[in-house]
This record gives sequence, C-alpha cells and structure tokens, in this order.
Amino acid sequence: MTAMRRAIDTTIIVIAVVLIWQGLARWVGDTALPGPAPTFSYMTHFVPSARFAENAAATATAFALALLLAYGLGLAIGVWMGAQRLSGEVGEPILITLYSLPKITLYPVILLIFGLTLSGKVVFGAIHGILPVALLTMAAIRNIPLVYLKSARTLRLSPWQAIWNVLLPATIPEVLAGLRIGFTVTLLGVLLAEMFASKDGLGFLIINAMTLLQTKEMITIAVVLFSFAAVANAILLWIEHRLHRRV
Amino acid sequence: MTRAGWIRLLVIVAMIGALELACRLNFIDHRVMIPPSQMATALITMLASGQLNDDIVRTLGVIAIAVALSVVFGFALGLIIHALPRLRAALDPFFATYYAVPVFIFYPVMIAIFGLSLVPIVLMGVATAIVAMIIATLNGLDRIPRVLTKVARVHRMGRLATALQLQLPAAAPYLFTGVKLSVSYAFIAVIAAEFILAPAGLGRDIANAYADFNNRRMYALMLLVLLIATVVNAGLHAWDLRWAKRRGARPS
Repeated sequence: MTAMRRAIDTTIIVIAVVLIWQGLARWVGDTALPGPAPTFSYMTHFVPSARFAENAAATATAFALALLLAYGLGLAIGVWMGAQRLSGEVGEPILITLYSLPKITLYPVILLIFGLTLSGKVVFGAIHGILPVALLTMAAIRNIPLVYLKSARTLRLSPWQAIWNVLLPATIPEVLAGLRIGFTVTLLGVLLAEMFASKDGLGFLIINAMTLLQTKEMITIAVVLFSFAAVANAILLWIEHRLHRRV
Repeated sequence: MTRAGWIRLLVIVAMIGALELACRLNFIDHRVMIPPSQMATALITMLASGQLNDDIVRTLGVIAIAVALSVVFGFALGLIIHALPRLRAALDPFFATYYAVPVFIFYPVMIAIFGLSLVPIVLMGVATAIVAMIIATLNGLDRIPRVLTKVARVHRMGRLATALQLQLPAAAPYLFTGVKLSVSYAFIAVIAAEFILAPAGLGRDIANAYADFNNRRMYALMLLVLLIATVVNAGLHAWDLRWAKRRGARPS
C-alpha cells in the first residue's frame, strides 16, 4: 500500500514538472521553449530518423570505449592503491583533488594531442570516469574487515579461493557504486567533449540545434539523454541494493 | 608532515619535472604543450599586467552568486521538504537520480530561453549546486539528536530559540558539507558553461586562446583556473575536517 502511494506521489510530481514546463513555454514563447506536446510529437519522428541514429551511434561508440578504459584503469589503480597501503596514502589526496577540478579546462590539451578524433572523446570521457572508480575500489579494499582475511587464512584457502570466496564478495557492492558513478561522469565527459568541439554525436547535435535555433530538436535530445541516464542509473542502483542485501 | 605526505610532494615535483624535461627536450612538441615553467611565467606576466582582472572578477562573481543562491534556497527548500514527509518520500527517487543525469545538457536550452548573458550561466551553477545543498540540509536535520528537543522542552525554550541555539548548531557540520559541495559543483558548472558558450569569463578565455592557437595564453589560463580550484577545494576540505571532528567523527 505504501509503495502504491509512493508511486502515485512520484507520478504527481512528474505531472507537476510537465505542467511547469507547459507554463514556462507559454510564458517565454514557443520559439524559445516549445511545450511538452509539440516536443513529444517532434520526438516521435526525429528519434527514428537516420540523422539521430548516426549521431547516437557515434556517442554510444565513444561512450562504450571510454567506459571500458575508465573501468579498466580505474579498477587497476583502485586495487593497487587499496592493496598497497603506502601508495594509497600517497595517491588518495591527489586523486581527490583531481576529482573536484573542472576537467573541461583540459579538453584543449586533448584536442591538441588527438585532434578532432574519436580517441580524443574517449580519452576525455575516461579521464572523468577513472577517478571515482579508483577511489571507491580503493575504499572497498581498505574496508574489508580484518577478520575476513584471518578466517581465510585459518581455513587455509589458496590465494585464488580467498579472492573468489572472500575478497570479491566483500568488496563488490562498494566497487559497483564506483562503477555506477563512473558511468555517470564518463557519459558527462563524452557529452561535454562533443558539445565543445566534435564532428558528430548527440552533444554536437544539441549545440548545432542551438545555433540553428531548433529548440524542439535541442529539448528532444536533452530529454532522450536524460531518460537514458536515469534508467541506466536506476538499473545499476537496483543491482547494488540487491548485492548489499545479500552480503 | 607525514612520510606519505613527503612522498606525495616528491611524486608531484617529479611529475612536473618530467613534464618540463619532456617539453624542453622536444619529446613533446611545443605546439602541443609548453614547459610548466613557461606556463607559470606567462601567468605571472598576465596577472601583473592586470589584463585578466575583469575576467577573474566576472567568473568568481558568477560562482559566488550561484553558490549564494544555491545555499540560501537549498537550505530553505531542505527545511520545507523535511517538514513534509510525504513530499520527501515522493522526491527521494529524484534526488537519487539527479546527479546521475547530465543536467548540463540543458545549458543550450537555457541560452535559448534567456539569451547569451550571465543568467543561463548562473542558472547552470545553481542547477548543479542546489540539490547537493538540499540533500545536505535533509541529512543534517535528520541527525539532530532527539535529546535536544527534550532539553529545549525542559528549559521551556521557544520554537525560534530551539532552532537557533540547539538545532542549527547540531546540523551545522552537515550543512557545511553541503556548502562545500555547492562551491565545488558551481565552480565546475560555471567554468564548463563559459567554456562551451559565453560572452566572457575565464572559461571563455581558455576556449578563445585555444581557437587562436595561443598556447602560452591558454596554458597560463588553465594553470590559473586549476590553481584557484585546487586552493578553494583544499581550503574547504580542511575546514570540513574541523567540522567533522566537532561532530565526533574520526578524521579520515
């Protein structure tokens, strides 16, 4: 019953947001901000179009590669800094400082190195993702209760058995939280790269639409990206909660 | 300083030294990167000439406005939402998702509505920072110990006196964490907005210098922005640790 009521309340808020959008559209005029109805009708024929598909594919490729790079390097750095106490103590403040910097300022450097290529987007996205993955993986390893390691030794587990049966289950929920945040910021990194300078991708398309004053297209892309990120995050959160319960 | 601290300093110095050497020995083309020492000297010359003053004031001013709006309205909204449990339960999924979606993608929409002025930049700053403040406020209010309300009743304190003398100080450490995050997020959002499209500002300066192939100017400005961000974040972090000690947490 409470779940039902919460669902209703959440729906009411969604409706309220759409109404505010409608009101705002009425207030500033249709050219600056089209209302929900025209936007959704535009969406139905823009999203299936080839132009959308091509640019979405470009963003998806860059995002997938960036994610792969961010996860690989982030996990490697996290495991190293978590297992080796001293390197963790040395490296953690550096990573935290880098995490809170406006990394967009570094994008020109990447452009100078890679040019307007896919690699540039991928590297810029990965720079965003590596840090949270590394930081949370490191924390996960450091937070393993000492008694787990002792019991593994008492039970005379081989190193592989210890990793598979003790270390992995103990760290996975927190590592997964890192991967979830890494997912979010890597997507942001790729989109920022496309918005600043790119030949294709949804970020490019949105800036292009802005210069052409195609507000419907702009909002459509924003809504699509918004929904994608929200759904992906919800799925990852759901997995995380399930794992937390199991441990 | 601890042993790890010394090693950290050594690592940073070694990395900057390696970069300097790589640039000087032409391992890195000077069209890609100039040596760090030249970045620093270019920055000092530019700062001394006063040509950056307008943009520094403008960008930091925009950030300050965005932070002030976020903290004031974030705190007020936090109080309201805390008082209405049903609204809060309904909003929970939105708070959990907010920082997972690229809010920044709405910047072009803001420009379409408000034109290319300070308004969309301030709004982007507020949009990124305010939710952190709301969440921190809720968090702080949740952790006010029950016993304080009882103390207030025993002493027959009024509603206002209870809020100002007991509840606010108890929630303060959490509120400060919200302020810290607001500053950090607003900084990133404002610089990014300027970078993508803006009439002026430090972020715009970097983008312009990049477009003009003016590497000396670009790297000097980058150094400036990164230095300001590092100093501000480090300062807030140190202050936050002091608050954390006050609320009884072990400093990590």
